[in-house]
Amino acid sequence: MSTASEIRYLTPPSVDVKKKKYCRFKKSGIKYIDYKDADFLLKFVNEQGKILPRRLTGTSLKFQRKVSQAVKRARHIALMPYVADLMK
Amino acid sequence: MQKQYETVFIMTPVLSDDQMKEAVGKFKAMLTENGAKLVHEENWGLRKLAYPIQKKTTGFYHLLEFQADGDFVSKLEVAFKRDERIIRFLTVALDKYSLAYNEKRRTKGFDKPKTETPVEA
Repeated sequence: MSTASEIRYLTPPSVDVKKKKYCRFKKSGIKYIDYKDADFLLKFVNEQGKILPRRLTGTSLKFQRKVSQAVKRARHIALMPYVADLMK
Repeated sequence: MQKQYETVFIMTPVLSDDQMKEAVGKFKAMLTENGAKLVHEENWGLRKLAYPIQKKTTGFYHLLEFQADGDFVSKLEVAFKRDERIIRFLTVALDKYSLAYNEKRRTKGFDKPKTETPVEA
């Protein structure tokens, strides 16, 4: 009789606490993302040179737009590849 | 109204050092003739390209920062297109944040971007 009620929780048990993602630009107060700094932009692309989504990097929408703009500019002046394998 | 712009262009690696300086001089002369003011200039030297452009894997990078009217930019870009020594160029208008960034970059003494060291010719 009582078994069913015992397993019920008032608050759902937290299995593992996920680390909260944050926007690194907002946190460190960076206002401008330089397309000339390919080393820095490398953090926002995967091994094929594709731009990583916001859901992985945690960047806010405002800065994601700037990141993508900067990466595309860097690609145009051949500081970053359009396609690659094993960039890192 | 004058705005501040920044242009990065890549020249073919087949040029000699003097020819490269001559090409840069041509565009700098064009700048002054058209009433633009050169703010800053950077020579990144011969660098490896991330992918081949016109079958070339290296190129001379050069950066010019200047104040000019908007219609000068189109003139400059036409000149870039007509010059076969230039294999790629990019002109960007600078806003207040990028201006502050570039100012800082200059005072810090970044002669070249810290990323790759230029390859030897």
